[in-house]
Amino acid sequence: MDLDLIQRTFPFFLEAAWITVQVSVLALLLGFVVAIVLVAARLSTVFIFRCLSRLYVSVFRGTPCLVQLFIIYFGGPQIGLELEPLTAGVIGLGLNIAAYMAESIRGAIANVDPGQVEAARSIGFGRGQTLLLITLPQTAKLMIRPLGVNAVALIKGSALVSTISVVELSYTAQRFISSTYKPFEIFIVSALLYIVMVYSVRLVVDYLDNRFAAR
Amino acid sequence: MQSLDLSIVAPYSELLATGLGWTVVMFISSSLLSVIAGIAFALIVLYAPKLLALPVRFMTWLLMGTPLLLQLYVIYYGLVQVGIDIPAPVAGIIGLSLHFAVYNADVIRAGVLSVDPGQIEGARSIGLSRGQTQCYIVVPQALRKTIAPLGNNLIVLLKDTSLVSIIGIAELVYSAQLAVSETYSPFEFYLAVAVIYYAANLVLEAGLHLLEKKVEMSR
Repeated sequence: MDLDLIQRTFPFFLEAAWITVQVSVLALLLGFVVAIVLVAARLSTVFIFRCLSRLYVSVFRGTPCLVQLFIIYFGGPQIGLELEPLTAGVIGLGLNIAAYMAESIRGAIANVDPGQVEAARSIGFGRGQTLLLITLPQTAKLMIRPLGVNAVALIKGSALVSTISVVELSYTAQRFISSTYKPFEIFIVSALLYIVMVYSVRLVVDYLDNRFAAR
Repeated sequence: MQSLDLSIVAPYSELLATGLGWTVVMFISSSLLSVIAGIAFALIVLYAPKLLALPVRFMTWLLMGTPLLLQLYVIYYGLVQVGIDIPAPVAGIIGLSLHFAVYNADVIRAGVLSVDPGQIEGARSIGLSRGQTQCYIVVPQALRKTIAPLGNNLIVLLKDTSLVSIIGIAELVYSAQLAVSETYSPFEFYLAVAVIYYAANLVLEAGLHLLEKKVEMSR
């Protein structure tokens, strides 16, 4: 065990972990916005919107995220879409997680009493208003756990952007492994940082879930 | 900006077919191993003495807290470092199997815990040993309840076989990368690969659905 190596490389890993956090948070925000649009389309009265939403979810869940990233980053320039690795990574991860988040949100919405929607509609709320002001706030507590699972998956999935040369945690780990030939030491450092991120998100999710479930 | 030309994929169909073959090999071997190891891990965590259960719990914590990509990379290069020079496909299968075994163990453990304790008491009182009770009474009932969540894990596994391309296994994504390096047409090839994965995923989902129905009927 080369403790000196761990000590020397740690600052680089800390910096890389910060990139991982940035990528994950930005992708999560993008994913949430897209997911809301997908759910709204899925619950819309317009047939074509419902179809498009289903198609989106089915395609993004039916193909590997890695391939989606490659299409966006390597294939993008062919259709006039030249993106920086970080931007492409955030867009790819965000569009991918949106499909999963849409299913989480839809699952939670299905659990809201239909009487709530009827009541809102009968006092004159539009469909969009009902969804935004009545249904979604009530589903918030039901969404905490599934969205937390999505967030954890996203942090681990963010390792994929190392393949399009975003200098995040996994990329840095690969670089150091091939330059030092000490995979176990490097794994310990990088794994530790991932574990801190993953399990702190889990703790927050558990806390929020307990707090809101009690009400 | 160059124009898209999907016909460029046609001459490489053989390469992609070989890639698909490797993807299927990786998927089938890893799914079998991950289910078997998942059952073993679940039973160890549930029934084995602490000294045996603790390492499995630690491994679960480690593998669930880190990305599969990193695990694959470290398993392949780590084993080489300690002098075990295994071929990349073996490292890929080990990595995928271990990663998914941990997730499978989690759902199997939940399934085992949901088996009515009266079933175990009944089996023990008609003279089955502990091992027999597990094999013939608990595990079959638990598996029935875990078919759907195990199926979901396998659906994730199929897509995650794409990650073994980073350790140089010539599956679908790696084959596409080879073709792209010759043709400089990434969009067409990765799109073609996405279509193949999508189709494979539909087949897998249909298969799992049939299996679920069959298990449902055998009740």
